Amino acid sequence: MPEPYRKTLVRQVSQHAHSEIIGMQPEGNWISRAPSLKRKAILMAKVQDEAGHGLYLYSAAETLGTPRDEMFDQLYTGRAKYSSIFNYPARTWADVGAIGWLVDGAAITNQVPLCRASYGPYGRAMVRVCKEESFHQRQGWEILYTLSHGTEEQHQMAQDAVDRFYGPALQMFGPPDSDSPNSGQSMAWNIKRFSNDELRQRFVDMIVPQAEALGLTLPDPDLQWNEERGHYDFGELDWDEFFSVLKGNGPLSRQRLEHYRRARDEGAWVREAAAAYAGRQHQEQAALAGA
Amino acid sequence: MTSIDPADSGSWPLWEVFIRSSRGLSHVHAGSLHAPDATMALRNARDLYTRRNEGTSVWVVPAEAIMASDPDSKGGFFESPQGKSYRHATYYTQSEGVKHL
Repeated sequence: MPEPYRKTLVRQVSQHAHSEIIGMQPEGNWISRAPSLKRKAILMAKVQDEAGHGLYLYSAAETLGTPRDEMFDQLYTGRAKYSSIFNYPARTWADVGAIGWLVDGAAITNQVPLCRASYGPYGRAMVRVCKEESFHQRQGWEILYTLSHGTEEQHQMAQDAVDRFYGPALQMFGPPDSDSPNSGQSMAWNIKRFSNDELRQRFVDMIVPQAEALGLTLPDPDLQWNEERGHYDFGELDWDEFFSVLKGNGPLSRQRLEHYRRARDEGAWVREAAAAYAGRQHQEQAALAGA
Repeated sequence: MTSIDPADSGSWPLWEVFIRSSRGLSHVHAGSLHAPDATMALRNARDLYTRRNEGTSVWVVPAEAIMASDPDSKGGFFESPQGKSYRHATYYTQSEGVKHL
């Protein structure tokens, strides 16, 4: 396997894994405040899925020769990147809906083509991830639908969440093609199958009718059907904000990392206990075998 | 800033997970995970790979116990069946049109 291919793939897959792990936080934050027991159970299942997706992806990256603890360490020490979208706060319950519909929706659009990526373990992880993400997207859409058809305040809350997540969700596909220098190489290697702008267009075309079905609007005055192109035209996104968040200046960049570290540190005793127990079992069995 | 602790789960052994679905198929490789011992590996495998009723039976095998063929020499390793199409029913064509054969 050519070294640059391996290196690029490890970076891509581990960043993806980190995104899943950090991505548990915006929604995890709402588990204790979910509006009903059923919503709470659904949200817990979704957050548990994200943890699972992180683990599938760490496993895939590990087959390329990078140990998992090294990847954990990169995230812990702040050297690893993850998707900027998770540095935005989930302010209201409607945000949980917008994250499911738009953020997971964008993730699916990005990930479905990767099911056929050139590296088998990555592609197979993606197949599993995509299957599970479709529940995430639908439950998010349904949260928004319920709010949108509720009281005037609930409708407004849903609209406000969509207004805040629309732009950042579209930016999940990465910078414009003209500003994405490594895309060509990744596409030649078949670890990226469509360009950032192609996927973004595909996503916009998909969500416009979905927003209509919700009874909500998308916050883009330039958004309109272009009959000639057979696609929706949409306005310029705020790329200064994107690059600023990417550099670590997102609204919650620091808190996300601090929370990750705290969770790892506070969970250390569980890992130590499990390792100690396994060690003792091993010794007892060895003693039995020796007797 | 300190690095993560030595009891970190990353240094736990790697296990390969095989799941048998309820559809009467053999156990199929589902993925891998780290766990300190076989019992934990089995429980983690259940939580990680069967959250949607994917299985009725799970195997976990220490990854280091698996002996694998070399992907770089698969040509030579699997050479024998090449060109032996007579091992397949489709090789025999005279019976075309004859029923139940």
